[in-house]
Amino acid sequence: MSRKPAKGPLEYARSWPLRLWVGAVLLFLYLPLASLILFSFNDSRRTIRWEGFTFDWYGRMMDDAALIDAFTNSLTIAAISTLFSVVLGAMTAIALWRFRFPAKSLFDGAVTLPIVVPEICMGVAMLVFFGQVMPWPRDLVWPLDLGAIIIAHITFSFPFVAVVVRARLTSFNREMEEAARDLGASELRALVDVLLPHIRPALVAGALLAFTLSLDDFVITFFTAGPNTVTFPVKIYSMVRFSVTPEVNAASTVLMAITVILTVIGMKLQGREIAQQGH
Amino acid sequence: MTGKSLIRFENVSKRFGSFIAVDDVSLDIGEGEFFTLLGPSGCGKTTLLRMLAGLETPTEGRILIDGVDVTDVPPNRRPVNMVFQSYAVFPHLSVADNVAYGLKIDKVAKAERDERVAEALRLVKLEDFAARKPDQLSGGQRQRVALARALVKRPRVLLLDEPLSALDAKLREAMRGELAAIQDAVGVTFVMVTHDQDEALAMASRCALMNRGQLQQVAAPGDLYEYPANRFVADFIGTINMVEGTLGLDEPDQAAVTSEALDCPVWVNHGVTGAPGTPVWVGIRPEKIAMTPIDQPRPAGPEEMPAANVTQGVIVRSAYLGASTLYEVEIATGIVLKVAQANGDRDAGQGLPAGSSVWLSWAPKAPVVLLG
Repeated sequence: MSRKPAKGPLEYARSWPLRLWVGAVLLFLYLPLASLILFSFNDSRRTIRWEGFTFDWYGRMMDDAALIDAFTNSLTIAAISTLFSVVLGAMTAIALWRFRFPAKSLFDGAVTLPIVVPEICMGVAMLVFFGQVMPWPRDLVWPLDLGAIIIAHITFSFPFVAVVVRARLTSFNREMEEAARDLGASELRALVDVLLPHIRPALVAGALLAFTLSLDDFVITFFTAGPNTVTFPVKIYSMVRFSVTPEVNAASTVLMAITVILTVIGMKLQGREIAQQGH
Repeated sequence: MTGKSLIRFENVSKRFGSFIAVDDVSLDIGEGEFFTLLGPSGCGKTTLLRMLAGLETPTEGRILIDGVDVTDVPPNRRPVNMVFQSYAVFPHLSVADNVAYGLKIDKVAKAERDERVAEALRLVKLEDFAARKPDQLSGGQRQRVALARALVKRPRVLLLDEPLSALDAKLREAMRGELAAIQDAVGVTFVMVTHDQDEALAMASRCALMNRGQLQQVAAPGDLYEYPANRFVADFIGTINMVEGTLGLDEPDQAAVTSEALDCPVWVNHGVTGAPGTPVWVGIRPEKIAMTPIDQPRPAGPEEMPAANVTQGVIVRSAYLGASTLYEVEIATGIVLKVAQANGDRDAGQGLPAGSSVWLSWAPKAPVVLLG
């Protein structure tokens, strides 16, 4: 006689309501993305019906100088703001972890504020700041004209780096640093030789986070961008305002692919480094 | 201490806020010693070691190494190196690079560096592991890396912070011998912190026992055990039966103490500085009490006072410990004395059963009499 074995308490995958739930999540999360990608290859101006496979829209996209400009702007902004965010974020994290100083908890809260402040508020604040309080010159040469956007991106990116680095710092054994000092290293040298290797996975993760945040950002950028400093997401938005063409689909797919690839690389790198260090 | 003084603590205190970690410690450690700092956790021994390393700064007092005041010298400019409790082996560097780290900072030329690293690895028997990463090593091997890394710098003093506490019992035993052998080989002064008294007594040439930030006694291991300076030392080192009593007769070469806890006086063949009537503590180590079955004749007391140093009791419990058996014997006053009997031959393990009545006796030189 064969009997179905009794269901274990953690075998969620065998419970029908849960399967349904997971299915619904996957449906609403991935179907829109999948259809976006699918229709970027559709050989038709209208996005509703499948007419055949084509790369035309990607070709059309490459020929669109304004779109390529926007893409270049986005990559430049992301690269520069990431560099600054990582340095600033790591320094913030180390300072908060290592030292005691007056109003430390206040500073601690202030650092994470950009994470919780609604983006729209940040956007408006940046608009007012760069528009009236400290107007950013409009007619600078590239890439200096991107300065306002870059600064705005650094302000909301570096707290994420700081949070990731700080989490990593809690697993740092202070005796490592003391050992380096004991063996003759100056305070700075001990930091570079021992602490930096320990937080490197967090720096990589933080950098990728900052890069994707910057590349994706629409709201804050929208408020700080001028007519000559359009970024990729802002450009896509302005294209959508006329009509959702397969070209928009193609551009979105490219943005999504870059983000996903960077995240996967980041996770791989992190996993390997942490495994190597044995914790 | 024999030989010249290499390390000197002068009235060193360390406070963390209102907590006094080290309280007015003055101490000399000689060249070539294997010195251990022993005490319960929180007694200040690690803080003392860290001040020697330069990882803490004394609140008061001075520290001299080789006659030079190093009180305010940062750790990277002191002629001392340390083996940390967690070993603190750098995980991202290979064994050889870990050992070479300090030499690289000192800008030692590559040829000499390689030679010294190889020599240090040979010393700790890790020559075949040079290319390994620390996560491919066992705990014992990581400790050897830490040891080689510190010794390769040829320090005047090697500091060891609880070096054996993370190892399993067998390895700990083996490392004790090896550390002593390494010290013989390199001739460097070792200062080791430990909370394990067996470790401290087995390895040290001299040992400082600390409690609540203060030095209790600094002596050779045997003296610490046999001639404790106060009750804390007597209690902390080994096992001891302690009873409170009153000093009776006290002459230069003999003294008698009466105690309510014992139904016989305690007679000792050395003088105690104190007027008759002074309250004292008498301590007798378990292995210094002789035990014979009650059906045998009463053991003789000292000639000068035959009634002293002999009592009788009933065994309430016994613990077989291999080399010896520890008995708990209740005497007429109701207190329980611990008595250890060596298991000299294999039959001895059977011992006397609980409930047996026995004679207990001890020699005049067995008890230690402590004032206050």
